[in-house]
Amino acid sequence: MSPRTLYDKLWDRHVVRDNGDGTALLYIDRHLIHEVTSPQAFEGLRLANRQPWSVGANLATPDHNVPTTDRSHGITDPVSRLQVDTLDQNCQTYHITEFAMADPRQGIVHVIGPEQGATLPGMTVVCGDSHTSTHGAFGALAFGIGTSEVEHVLATQTLGQQKSKSMLISVDGKAPAGVTAKDIVLAVIGRIGTAGGTGYAIEFGGEAIRDLSMEGRMTLCNMAIEAGARAGMVAVDDKTIDYVKGRPFAPQGALWEQAVADWQDLHSDADAVFDKVVHLDATTLQPQVTWGTSPEMVVGVNQTVPTPESFPEPVRQEGARAALKYMGLEGGMPICEIKLDKIFIGSCTNSRIEDLRAAAAVVKGHKVAGNITLAMVVPGSGLVKQQAEAEGLDKIFLEAGFEWREPGCSMCLAMNADRLEPGERCASTSNRNFEGRQGQGGRTHLVSPAMAAAAAIAGHFVDIRELSS
Amino acid sequence: MEKFETLTVIVAPLDRSNVDTDAIIPKQFLKSIKRTGFGPNLFDEWRYLDHGEPGKDNSQRPLNPDFVLNQPRYQGAQILLARENFGCGSSREHAPWALLDYGFRVIIAPSYADIFYNNCFKNGILPIVLDAETVDRLFRAVEAQEGYQLTVDLEQQQIRTPDGEVIPFEIDAYRKQRLLEGLDDIGLTLQHADEIRAYEEQQQRQRPWLFDQ
Ligand code: SF4
Repeated sequence: MSPRTLYDKLWDRHVVRDNGDGTALLYIDRHLIHEVTSPQAFEGLRLANRQPWSVGANLATPDHNVPTTDRSHGITDPVSRLQVDTLDQNCQTYHITEFAMADPRQGIVHVIGPEQGATLPGMTVVCGDSHTSTHGAFGALAFGIGTSEVEHVLATQTLGQQKSKSMLISVDGKAPAGVTAKDIVLAVIGRIGTAGGTGYAIEFGGEAIRDLSMEGRMTLCNMAIEAGARAGMVAVDDKTIDYVKGRPFAPQGALWEQAVADWQDLHSDADAVFDKVVHLDATTLQPQVTWGTSPEMVVGVNQTVPTPESFPEPVRQEGARAALKYMGLEGGMPICEIKLDKIFIGSCTNSRIEDLRAAAAVVKGHKVAGNITLAMVVPGSGLVKQQAEAEGLDKIFLEAGFEWREPGCSMCLAMNADRLEPGERCASTSNRNFEGRQGQGGRTHLVSPAMAAAAAIAGHFVDIRELSS
Repeated sequence: MEKFETLTVIVAPLDRSNVDTDAIIPKQFLKSIKRTGFGPNLFDEWRYLDHGEPGKDNSQRPLNPDFVLNQPRYQGAQILLARENFGCGSSREHAPWALLDYGFRVIIAPSYADIFYNNCFKNGILPIVLDAETVDRLFRAVEAQEGYQLTVDLEQQQIRTPDGEVIPFEIDAYRKQRLLEGLDDIGLTLQHADEIRAYEEQQQRQRPWLFDQ
């Protein structure tokens, strides 16, 4: 057989029917469900009198709409409440496993899939949510789908797909201290642009990627979609297998041995050919901060906000001008002089235990600066929250003046009560800095958890490498 | 999806061009968790004199007597005669859901917005394209004669008028077949159910842990 990429292998493993024209019917191993994109899909099933094809392949949890404050009185917003109640009812009707709002295992779908071992190497994983790319960290083919596709997967356990082109992003050398997975992926997006990955499935490789923990690889693949690619992935290695081992949905005993043997093949062959290869030197990277309204508008923390004139193309100059106006910034201003109003540590990009540990390590023994009106930590799941509390991280955050919340999407998209007011400026560990994303008129700067924590203490951006030395 | 069978029904004329999806179903109704029940709010801003909101009892709202769908002679219409660029605007599938829920199975217009056109087929609505002149002629005929009906025969790709005129129309063969057989994407995939099962059996042997749950 000719050498194949990881993407080729994942694709080949799942072809139910090859249409011979670059499209195929692919089998879907795991379907994750949340409350926003599923109600019409379930209704479609009902109207057509269909049943889910494979009930056990589905796993559901409410995350976008759930409150992150005291939940004992339920959800006050009627629209949010109806969506969450509808998910509960649909899961009950069709016997789909759901971690409902009161369940300690509830959380952001992209956090709980891996946490439960419901995401396994070699799987196809889909969800009605673009950040499904996260699960590619496990050597899985994972991508977001729309509501009619959600219904299609429920009813048939398959999806018709067009094969993408393949891209290798190799991040070579060792990343310096203070440079995290978030900084790497922001730098990648800064380099290739938000459309750079359009039409491609991206595999991340190179020494700096191999060095990342599984949490870091999830952060990386999570933002493949911000680089324009529906799927991002990392080859399976010992770290992948160690992470999965013993999780509730992971195979046990003899099946585990069999699975591990099967997963050894989940990497690109040495001489596999990619449609495109991009190299990035990890050794020169700095912690990253976005300055504009697109994730590609990003610079190193020691740099200055660019001037519109510094871009060669007129279109990008215009884009930069509009972004600076919206963000209330001037070109030439040092990043470290940008003052903040709010701090958000959370989202499916950076709300796992490792993220909270990194933030707590910076916060410990300090107080949130006076100009910060709200600093919040929203763990990615109930289990992450429990683990953090067992390690005393909640105390560190609370003592410093952070709020310690219940798990959910929260201020990543401001669908619940957590949001920015017009003009407010936020250091956020989430993935999108679009206009209005965190609240109408809100200004978002994307950063790593440690950078967000440091900004909370200082009241403005600081280079975390200076703190640790 | 319901099979598309030949129908002979009343035609309602909507004499405006560039009818956008927000006019078809205004945005306040998109928060719904359903894909049915949009019929009473189809063309909400034109149909009623007050402002519509989800949850309002539509039977109590003041109707706009001038709007075509409120006129007695067009009750029970299942064919909508429209002007160019029908269904422009957002990609919301709520627009065909609302038309279908109201009862429309056919739209006749000189042109459509692309996504809307595709979404119609997904939901069992037949959007027919005729040249502007023929559409114009049909508008005059519908308005001239109360109870005017057209026969739409998809199999033959023909519209037949009461006085025996036959108007042929074009449609992509694949889409035609899907409508005639009542097959949505899911129905089409399920035609390969045996292949899906065969794949599962083979995986079950090779990778049993994927099914051990
Ligand atoms: S945390 Fe944000 S990006 Fe992630 S699933 Fe929720 S809303 Fe989407």
